[in-house]
Amino acid sequence: MSASMTTTIVLSDRDKAAAKLYRRRRLTNIIAIGLACAAAVFGLCFLGWILWTLLSKGLAHLSLSLFTQDQPPPMEAGGLRNAIVGSLMMCGMGIAIGTPLGVAAGTWLAEVGNHRKLGTVVRFVNDILLSAPSIVLGLFVYAAFVMQTGGNFSAIGGALALAFIVLPVVVRTTDEMLRLVPVQMREAALSLGVPQWKVTMQVLYRSALPGIVTGILLALARISGETAPLLFTAFGNEFFSLDVTGAMSAVPLVMYKFAGSGYENWEHLAWAGALLVTLFVLAVSLVARTLLLRNKIAND
Amino acid sequence: MTNFTRIDPMNDARTTVAPHVRDAALPLAPPVKVSARDLNFWYDKFHAVKHINLDVPEKRVTALIGPSGCGKSTLLRVFNRIYALYPKMEAKGEVLLDGENILDPKYPMNRLRSKVGMVFQKPVPFPMTIYENVAYGIRHHEKLGKADLDARVELALRQAALWDEVKDKLKESGLGLSGGQQQRLCIARAVALKPDVLLLDEPTSALDPISTSRIEQLVEELKRDFTIMIVTHNMQQAARVSDYTAFMYLGDMVEHGATEQIFSNPVKQQTEDYITGRFG
Amino acid sequence: MNNHIVKSYDEEQRGLLDELIRMGHMSVSQLEAALDVVERRDDKAAERVIGNDEAIDALEQQVNHDVIRLIRRGPLAGDLRVILAALRVASDIERIGDLAANIAKRSMALNLAPPLPHTRGLDALGRMAARQVRDVLDAYVQRDGEAALRVRASDAELDTLYTGLFRELLTYMMEDARAITPCTHLLFMAKNLERIGDHATNIAENVWFLIHGEELMPPRDKRDGTSTTMV
Repeated sequence: MSASMTTTIVLSDRDKAAAKLYRRRRLTNIIAIGLACAAAVFGLCFLGWILWTLLSKGLAHLSLSLFTQDQPPPMEAGGLRNAIVGSLMMCGMGIAIGTPLGVAAGTWLAEVGNHRKLGTVVRFVNDILLSAPSIVLGLFVYAAFVMQTGGNFSAIGGALALAFIVLPVVVRTTDEMLRLVPVQMREAALSLGVPQWKVTMQVLYRSALPGIVTGILLALARISGETAPLLFTAFGNEFFSLDVTGAMSAVPLVMYKFAGSGYENWEHLAWAGALLVTLFVLAVSLVARTLLLRNKIAND
Repeated sequence: MTNFTRIDPMNDARTTVAPHVRDAALPLAPPVKVSARDLNFWYDKFHAVKHINLDVPEKRVTALIGPSGCGKSTLLRVFNRIYALYPKMEAKGEVLLDGENILDPKYPMNRLRSKVGMVFQKPVPFPMTIYENVAYGIRHHEKLGKADLDARVELALRQAALWDEVKDKLKESGLGLSGGQQQRLCIARAVALKPDVLLLDEPTSALDPISTSRIEQLVEELKRDFTIMIVTHNMQQAARVSDYTAFMYLGDMVEHGATEQIFSNPVKQQTEDYITGRFG
Repeated sequence: MNNHIVKSYDEEQRGLLDELIRMGHMSVSQLEAALDVVERRDDKAAERVIGNDEAIDALEQQVNHDVIRLIRRGPLAGDLRVILAALRVASDIERIGDLAANIAKRSMALNLAPPLPHTRGLDALGRMAARQVRDVLDAYVQRDGEAALRVRASDAELDTLYTGLFRELLTYMMEDARAITPCTHLLFMAKNLERIGDHATNIAENVWFLIHGEELMPPRDKRDGTSTTMV
């Protein structure tokens, strides 16, 4: 008897029904993945478009004069020196004010308020502050500080408004990073007889530091692009100034003023400023991300 | 008073052994280091530990076994008052350490911390160098010169059977060690303070079998110097490692006694059922 | 008693017990068959009894194998006692089977001589031994500690009977020199039966160990006086 070269596999009814189900599921899977990819591409397209616009409109006007010359009158050439300096100063001050408060509050939340009702309330209020519109914060500082000091716009006022944006971010990050530290580490340190404050400073902070720094950097990235809170507090300044008690310029403020003005050189400067801010935020975010990744690897 | 007559098999002459000599040869029960008297513990309203009476003998290993939620970890954590960190936790009753009640608010916390050390289930070295990890606790309690501190750190690492593996990398981060080494580092950290009592809360649950064996060997060496209480959900480990065992269920102490007796012929049926894997 | 959470554990323990019950039945049958063979002076039947002993040996091997399998589960408390007892009881039953086969073997030598009246005494001794073995195996299966104590106590009776038979045979040998050979065989066979009784007592002690752990059994007396018997 000659043997056949191929063997036919006989499918039972159950196999056939299972195969049909499988084919339908695969089809659904493919459609779903397809839609998700299309959505991602759609979003990325817009992002790409924005970046492309920024680059094409701003790159050309990115030059050394941007950093050496001050804000010019409408038809003249100039740079953004005073705005850049003002932004750096106010962001720096905002971070300097908001960080210590934020870290302290976050520490309280994680260590003391963690199991208490008061802690839950504080976290909730913090979350509200986190999502408060920045113009509201600016108006608050205007009313509570600027008006109280005789209506003087100042860099300090601007820094305060920015600090109010930094504060909830740092509180949240510190709280969460400290809570990520395993409870056994806390207990182990305390069971050695070391007092609570020493444990927090020497053990917990060291453990959570990369995360906390990440939070601060993310706050910095955010406030570097904020315009609304500075409108009624720092107001802006056409001239180069290092006086923190007086009005000060900032890159977003200049962008706001120059962008729809109709003057060509002003519009060029606005695009250059936009590109600058974007690159700054990108750089800070990358640093924050790398730090967080290293922290994750260390803690696993 | 009768004399205990013994036949000397070599000479078949009859010799007598006086009672006091005979009695001295019998093993004496070791003195009690820690004892809980009518100890109760509440998590908020939940009565987690009920009317516990337990004597922990000195320089022996006492194991606490029982199914999940029976209160063994809770009981362990009363012995160093670590529960005091958290709100809504309350302990009533007495825990006597060398005769003094450590639950008394007047008992100095500092003394408790230096007398009772704890090692946890998850190995948690501090984010510092290996040397610093061990020296950290010592520095807080004692003012030692560098040479003395070095000696203490070395002693602790030797006691934890870790010295040979880390003596060349004391300045490296503790986080770079393997899981088993990290746990031994945590043990070194605890013994560095020269406590009297060591509380081990499931110390090998997160470790592989070889590391587990190393730690069990370590426990046998450590019990020469420390009184050890170990919570474990691994019955075999309790049978291997401990001298005394206490079985808990739903907050009650069902049975406790010598490990030999508990694991070969327990008194209560519940104990037998748990040990042989018929419930829990 | 509750069942193990892992069902195969219970199944393996049950399997072990079944093997021991089978071994026990076989050894009792062998003993009774050997006594029969002595009565009937049947060489062919004797050879069959000797051959059957292989089956008991094979079962003992099987029990050893199954005990090793159970040890891997890391038994504690009651479970540990179950397998230790099983191991020792299997060994005792296997020895009982060997002794019974040996009786059958010696009967073939007995058949070469004319029949002796003392075989009746041997038969009585043998029936008592067989009853002891049956009772102790029941005690093992039922986990009856009191029954085990009774078996151990009744060994005294068996020993007394054996001592009596011993004396009778010595007396007969002294009276008639031609009877020395068959009587010697009978002596050995009686000794075998007395040893069977001792093995039954061992099993009884293991039953007690199974139930009570290392608690000692209450003291008993031994009545085997043959080591000091002079005629």
